[in-house]
Amino acid sequence: MDELIIAGESFSSRLIMGTGGAPSLEVLDRALAASGTELTTVAMRRLDPGSRGSVLDVLRERKIKVLPNTAGCFTAGEAVLTARLAREALGTDWVKLEVIADERTLLPDPIETFDAAERLVAEGFVVLPYIGDDPALARRLEQAGCAAVMPLGAPIGSGLGIRNPHNIELIVEAASVPVILDAGIGTASDATLAMELGCDAVLLATAVTRAQRPETMAEAMRGAVTAGRLARLAGRIPMRRYAQASSPTSP
Amino acid sequence: MNVTINGSAHEVPSGTTVAQAVRALTEATTGVAVAVNDEVVTRSTWETTALADSDRVEVLTAVQGG
Repeated sequence: MDELIIAGESFSSRLIMGTGGAPSLEVLDRALAASGTELTTVAMRRLDPGSRGSVLDVLRERKIKVLPNTAGCFTAGEAVLTARLAREALGTDWVKLEVIADERTLLPDPIETFDAAERLVAEGFVVLPYIGDDPALARRLEQAGCAAVMPLGAPIGSGLGIRNPHNIELIVEAASVPVILDAGIGTASDATLAMELGCDAVLLATAVTRAQRPETMAEAMRGAVTAGRLARLAGRIPMRRYAQASSPTSP
Repeated sequence: MNVTINGSAHEVPSGTTVAQAVRALTEATTGVAVAVNDEVVTRSTWETTALADSDRVEVLTAVQGG
């Protein structure tokens, strides 16, 4: 079996889902089931006594491993506290580290992210940092002990696809931890491209949860990730400037 | 004494514990974590940790996101 292994844990699915943006827990539940995901992110927020149902119940019911994130944090200090609270609340030391620079772009802040990663690794967390498509930073985070790196394809929720495939390839070439393409996926072909470039997995949410038919798009993404992975393993033909006959040329 | 729980001011009797502050919001004890003045208070010590005047209590849980 071609399994995804993160920090010694195996997953049959290479599609990691987010849960943000779904119109209801019912829609989310069906989309997660259709996606085949085994690892899914949640955010940590102030408890709202009025809210009914919990995303945690959905994940538990589907036997999906929960991956808390530090979304909404702007500093390393906030992210470290959020990770500690997530560990306490959810009983997992896995964390998707997300420290953003500003509300308008939601781009990750590399300095704060690196600072938080070092502190969390020292505290025994399994750290999966969300970063820009920066090969140098990816390498530094791996050296700092992160369990994976999660470069973006494009800004969160933008659906712009993979804006710099070359940098994603450079990150993949140098990495010996899993590379998870995170953010920017708009449609199935984007997820396939990520896998063809050599990423080990894809994380997406909005492309499914805000699609007109979330469940159908989740199924599309599942197939897209599988297709891209197979194409990567198969080894594509080189691109050529001119035609190369595939039928015999002699009569 | 006055404490802040999830951003709102509350007047509570002195000696109020973290466990009592949490119960004011929810019956749940799993899937919930508490920080007082930015330090995590582990669940096993909720009953024995008393709040002090001006404490900032944050009670968090997992929600859809990411």
